[in-house]
Amino acid sequence: MTDQQQADLRHDEVAAGTTTGLASPSVDATDDRQNSLWSDAWGSLRRNVLFWIGAFLTVLLVAMALVPGVFARGVDPRACDLANSKALPSADHWFGYDVQGCDYLANVVHGARNSLIIGVFAVVVVLVLGVVVGAVAGYFGGVTDGVLSRIADIFYALPLILGALVLLRVGPATDLPIISSRGPGAVALALALFGWMTAMRLVRSQVIAVKSSDYVAAARAMGASNSRILVRHILPNAVAPVLVYTTITIGVLIAAEATLTYLGVGLQRPAISWGLQIEAGQDLIRTAPHLVLFPSIVLTLTVMAFIMMGDALRDALDPRQRA
Amino acid sequence: MGRYVARRLLLTIPVLIGASFLIFAMVYALPGDPIRALAGDRPVSPAVVAVLRERFHLDDPLWLQYWEYLKNLVSGDLGTDFRGRPVLDTIERTLPVTVKLTIVAVVFEAVIGLVAGVLAGIRRNSYFDNLVLVSTTVVVSIPILVLAFVAQLLFGLKLGWFPIAGTREGLYSYVLPGLVLASGSLAYVARLTRTSIAENMRADYVRTARAKGLPPSRVIVRHTLRNSLIPVVTFIGADVGTLLGGAIVTETVFNLPGIGREVFDSVQAQEGAVVVGIVTLMVFFFIFFNLVVDVLYAVLDPRIRYD
Repeated sequence: MTDQQQADLRHDEVAAGTTTGLASPSVDATDDRQNSLWSDAWGSLRRNVLFWIGAFLTVLLVAMALVPGVFARGVDPRACDLANSKALPSADHWFGYDVQGCDYLANVVHGARNSLIIGVFAVVVVLVLGVVVGAVAGYFGGVTDGVLSRIADIFYALPLILGALVLLRVGPATDLPIISSRGPGAVALALALFGWMTAMRLVRSQVIAVKSSDYVAAARAMGASNSRILVRHILPNAVAPVLVYTTITIGVLIAAEATLTYLGVGLQRPAISWGLQIEAGQDLIRTAPHLVLFPSIVLTLTVMAFIMMGDALRDALDPRQRA
Repeated sequence: MGRYVARRLLLTIPVLIGASFLIFAMVYALPGDPIRALAGDRPVSPAVVAVLRERFHLDDPLWLQYWEYLKNLVSGDLGTDFRGRPVLDTIERTLPVTVKLTIVAVVFEAVIGLVAGVLAGIRRNSYFDNLVLVSTTVVVSIPILVLAFVAQLLFGLKLGWFPIAGTREGLYSYVLPGLVLASGSLAYVARLTRTSIAENMRADYVRTARAKGLPPSRVIVRHTLRNSLIPVVTFIGADVGTLLGGAIVTETVFNLPGIGREVFDSVQAQEGAVVVGIVTLMVFFFIFFNLVVDVLYAVLDPRIRYD
């Protein structure tokens, strides 16, 4: 039992006007306490090189999104001179120039913000949908579970890119609130709508595994409500796998955003986005390969950062995988 | 087993219908008036519009339209696109390309993934093992979009080993796109095999086999591999269903006229009937191969029995 759960159990006992002693730890846990899952995990995470590489890249990316001007070396991405069109990288302009003669480093750097916003926003929606649907399905079981799981199956059978592609193509003509906007919100929402199922299955299986345990029975016996049992006693157990999944998924969603934008249904010009840069560069791949290469490299490093951190987290949080 | 398969088959029907209805409902909301699009610049009399709307059930409520679609689907009629070509013909024309691409991809995935995984698994923490771990992390991180362009640039343009696009050189044109399409799954197969082998190397029956003096190669091939490959084989099987539906980017970048590119073009051109038809087919593949894999699991692993 984690400290939080113990504290919750105590709270439930007080609410029920009983004291069973179940909630009071038999050993004084203050000074000689055992390592918790999280401190163990941090210990192994700290020694993982891949984790630090991923964390470093992520910090870099976030900084790029927050203060792009610094990384662009003060160059305005929209200050262009056609005379420089397609110029190759040089000492002064590390990434060269694009077709319009805009400094390419500045453009690639400014692309970070949109990617990150969409990745994070989409993953938040995925989590909300996944956790709520998964928890309800796993906890109540029976018909509820059957219906919700079939709905998840339906979405699961549609490839992520394909579903989002159709929705985003249709979106602007509909009057749906965010979907019709053609902005980052629409892309994120479309991705989340076709990407929440794995999170749901993850939470559902964790809830099923935990709900028959003694401390849940104890909480129920003391009159805790369904929602309280779910939120305070069952869901904390699902945090570890969901955290691993979330980290990796941010990377996957950022890649999906670039793909959708490349396919023409994601972000639209004049937005600055890696997907748009790759799309514009593809026709010039023979004469100016740097136009495809630089946004591709930065996009890949971004995805890699999240996948590396997720992998390291999984190794740290799942002691069974340690050899 | 028979009863299990029958039950699973029944369960797939609502999923298949649900997924195709979902895509149908989205496509139904596609912007623009299809009759106007069909006519182009020519003026159309209201009478013709009325007849066409009637024929394509455009004024019926959504569920009724879908019901009509389902009825036709069951009798093998997927409808026609706006130029009057049957959707079934379009599928017949494009599906072979995607099937070839999938076969090439699965071969790469199985051969390279398995060999790398086995070698890494039997020598854990060796130099090669770490190489596999790092390279698979890199490979899964490269979006297919990026990988496709890099492969085109490097192997197509700079080295000239492979054709850059199109299908003119027969099966050889599929090698590069197949490798690109397989990359993610390939890395996953390598990791899955590695973990599975490493786990089984510590199993009691492997220790027994070694203790009774079997040569190491025999222990690995006959005892460890056989059990370790079960999750790998099932993953590859399910992946066939995914690959058949997930090749939009690869087919678009490499200009392969398969169902992935066709469905992308149809979404852009608002060809609703083609989109719904192909997506329904993709969903069917996905569900079908997953079912096959579940059955295969029971056949391969006697510990699992479904009845």
